[in-house]
Amino acid sequence: MLDAIDKKLLAEVADLHEMPHGAFNIRKNGRGVERNTTANIDIITKKDKPGIDVIIKPGTKGESVHIPVILSEGMEDMVYNTFEVGEDSDVLIVAGCGIHNQGGKKAQHDGIHEFFVRKGARMKYVEKHYGEGDGSGVRILNPKTIIEIEENGTAELEMVQIKGIDSTLRDTEVRLHKNSRLIVTERLLTYLSQTAESNITVNLLGEDASAQIISRSVAQNESKQVFHLNMRGYAKCRGHIQCDSIIMDQAQVSSVPEISAFNSDAQLIHEAAIGKIASEQLTKLMSLGMTEKEAEETILQGFLK
Amino acid sequence: MLEVKNIGLILKGDEGEIQVLKDVNFTLDDKKIYVMTGPNGGGKSVMAKTIMGIHQPTSGQILLDGVDITHKELYERARMGIGYAFQQPARFKGIKVRELLEIAGGKKASVDTCDYLYDVGLCAQDYLDREINASFSGGEVKRIEIATILARDLKLAIFDEPEAGIDLWSMQRLTETFEKMNKKYDTTILIISHQERILDLADEVIMVAEGTVSEITNREKVLGEISRLDSDCMCRRSCSRGGKAIAGCDR
Repeated sequence: MLDAIDKKLLAEVADLHEMPHGAFNIRKNGRGVERNTTANIDIITKKDKPGIDVIIKPGTKGESVHIPVILSEGMEDMVYNTFEVGEDSDVLIVAGCGIHNQGGKKAQHDGIHEFFVRKGARMKYVEKHYGEGDGSGVRILNPKTIIEIEENGTAELEMVQIKGIDSTLRDTEVRLHKNSRLIVTERLLTYLSQTAESNITVNLLGEDASAQIISRSVAQNESKQVFHLNMRGYAKCRGHIQCDSIIMDQAQVSSVPEISAFNSDAQLIHEAAIGKIASEQLTKLMSLGMTEKEAEETILQGFLK
Repeated sequence: MLEVKNIGLILKGDEGEIQVLKDVNFTLDDKKIYVMTGPNGGGKSVMAKTIMGIHQPTSGQILLDGVDITHKELYERARMGIGYAFQQPARFKGIKVRELLEIAGGKKASVDTCDYLYDVGLCAQDYLDREINASFSGGEVKRIEIATILARDLKLAIFDEPEAGIDLWSMQRLTETFEKMNKKYDTTILIISHQERILDLADEVIMVAEGTVSEITNREKVLGEISRLDSDCMCRRSCSRGGKAIAGCDR
């Protein structure tokens, strides 16, 4: 069912080398090919539109769900996935999309992921995007992520996209209730003439809600990146956005911050910086015996880790 | 081991070209400790950076163990066994102390990382897995910088004002570390410093002023000269601030 290319894509997007343990659903070229459910985690195909419902029972601890999507030919795929993370559970969800586009047709995957992190639950969500193939067909990924975090809940998001994707528009919307927590780590590297746009809107609705977003990106060659980070505080809450970009060659980066407070006890901070690799970092590594190219790679690797 | 012959350096600044170094001549012998000192802005750091290859000299010649390295690039000189601890070390987002020490020392370093940190007065447990970012104090980055030099197997180690930012309690250990490096690994050491404690280590003192070596002398002479300058100081005689030499004193 899965060939060598599929397995390589799975390894890139989900760190999967064999069939995963726990619950999983593998979607290939618009169809589900493999699925496993556990006593605590159920996966159900949606009836009204393409996609799945992942239902995690309350109190489920230490389990994981893998839901990779792979495209190995030119096609357009669209999915709606819903995740119900039950009260007081603690789970890891790994999503990811790998595209191998060898032909001249466009390969596009658009996904809408909606999460309900129930009271006291803790979810770590990892999303990796990877594209390969020498064909002239473009690789497009437009993920939309909507997250509702209930009282005392925690959501940790890790979103990584390194090269490979020609065009991406990523929308993320989060609503945080009382004493809930959001941690977002975003890593992005674009090169050649790729474009990437990331819009993140965080609504801090409940008392003592907190959010931290750390976005790091590298733009090389003629690629373009745009970041819109919008944080809105409606209660006594804390929010911190840190947006760092390294710009190289003829690339372009825009970082558009927005913080709004609707309560005098809201504390919101936005830090944004765009700049070249610091020359003192290059000089230091070269003085330890690295060539300029090696030094540059080491700095970028660390920055995007 | 190192011969610096008639080195000159012209740098381009906002106001045109500036002659930063001229006719610099000195020789460093194997396994000795040299301290380079002299007034601020006299050209000490630039001289050291020219030896390391961070600046390429505009004239003259530099020989390492008889090999002409004048036109060798920075990384080539590093691979030939020259190391330089920066006065103001770089910070790296995303690179951990352990990783930088391993880059510096290769495989050997991964075994001995704790020792290098101990030698600069840092507890390995607290530091190895921390990123070298803005959360470090000036003194901490400085110690890590020195540790990256200890991790390397060097013929010539250059330290640019290593005492800056290091507290008095750690100075003793730092001087012991320099001595150990010199004796155990046969490394020739060149330290740019104004500290009496570090001057005490010197086999020879290289005085630098106005972009050139003004004198090669020893620590007794330098220390004697300083106390003579102090006692001759005109400020002392009619000083209204309690007899202390103050900035701006025209010695």
